[in-house]
Amino acid sequence: MTKKIVLNEKTLAFQKKVEELSGENTAMCDQCGTCSGGCPFVEEMDITPAQLMRKVMLGQEDVLECDTLWICATCNTCTVRCPRKLDVSKIAEALRQIKLRDEINNLDINDLPKNVLKELPQIALIAALRKLSS
Amino acid sequence: MKIPYFPGCSLKTYASSFEKSAIASGAELGIEFVEIPRWNCCGVVSSLTSDDLMHHLAPVRNMIRVLEMQNDKIVDTDNKMLTLCSMCMNTLKRSNLKMQEHADELETINDFMYKEDQKYDGSVQVMHYLEILKEYGFAKIAEKVKVSLKGLKVAPYYGCMLIRPKEVGIDDAEEPTIFEDFLKALGAEPVDWRSKKTCCGSYLTVNKENIVVKLTGKILEDARRNGADLIITSCPLCAFNLDSRQELLQIRNPNFEPIPVLYFSQLLAIALGLDINKFGFENNKVDGMPLLKNKILNK
Repeated sequence: MTKKIVLNEKTLAFQKKVEELSGENTAMCDQCGTCSGGCPFVEEMDITPAQLMRKVMLGQEDVLECDTLWICATCNTCTVRCPRKLDVSKIAEALRQIKLRDEINNLDINDLPKNVLKELPQIALIAALRKLSS
Repeated sequence: MKIPYFPGCSLKTYASSFEKSAIASGAELGIEFVEIPRWNCCGVVSSLTSDDLMHHLAPVRNMIRVLEMQNDKIVDTDNKMLTLCSMCMNTLKRSNLKMQEHADELETINDFMYKEDQKYDGSVQVMHYLEILKEYGFAKIAEKVKVSLKGLKVAPYYGCMLIRPKEVGIDDAEEPTIFEDFLKALGAEPVDWRSKKTCCGSYLTVNKENIVVKLTGKILEDARRNGADLIITSCPLCAFNLDSRQELLQIRNPNFEPIPVLYFSQLLAIALGLDINKFGFENNKVDGMPLLKNKILNK
């Protein structure tokens, strides 16, 4: 199946925005797949970290709708292994931030049952709220 | 040696046995933990976007407190700051590094903290207790061991925040050895295992419990497969995921064999001959006491 990808001002602007927020140069990515190979969460993701990188490089805004963003827990395994020294976790954070700054949250604390809230330690709650809500 | 100590939220609540055992073991070695007055939350996770300076305020404020302690001569450790929790260490170190590398951002941060008597200058050195112990000397610790942990097979669990990313990690990101060196000093046998630096799922425990249970299940089974009696960690969130989530694992798999998860400082305190009842094992869901009594204490 052929997929047509159009690069235009809009895709370029999106790519630039992610690069600005993350401080990373996505053109460095070789698509070698080391990030996906080492990612402990990859089985749970809808697109792999390498696919996420490719989408950002091509400025495809639909990357913002993938689950991968919210499954990445910034464990930094990809970051320490990338042969081009790209910090993939910073790119995932930039994408999460684009959503969160539009006030589109992934976690609403009101959805958590009281008994679950009670047993969760502060460290987990604060981390989750900071990463998954705005 | 009197060192400024940053506790963080977990150490004061559900990881109190971590704090108690670390302070007690430090005292035994002549390392006095002086709690930072008016410390505040580090934020747990570091802000990674380039334009978000606001979330670095809280970590930096703690560093100003360290400089104040230094000025007041309550401590004597050349701007060092001691942390126990891996996540606090990581967050504080990353903010500190940002301040040290970007003078303009440091200036902005200082402008925001005009109510502080002291400006921050990037001079604080954030250190983990394990680094302090390494500096003290594992050989020297070995000499002070009163109760050898000989015969105890321990799986050291590094997790993420202690060793990654490289610029703030306390050891090699791929082949860390600091826990192994520590364990050998106590007479214990470190287990070599693949999952020692595999993420436990971290904060996903809040809204994606299934992922965490799957990941921790694999980690715990790997420890057992390699013959470990118990697991040690330095991260209260890892400890929660690895220890507390075993209840669910047992429900899902009746053949699952629970394995105790302790803080490294608990083993240190035992090895130094301290009273096990004083620093408590009350936080541990999977009780490690029968194993320790059987293998070490009643020998």
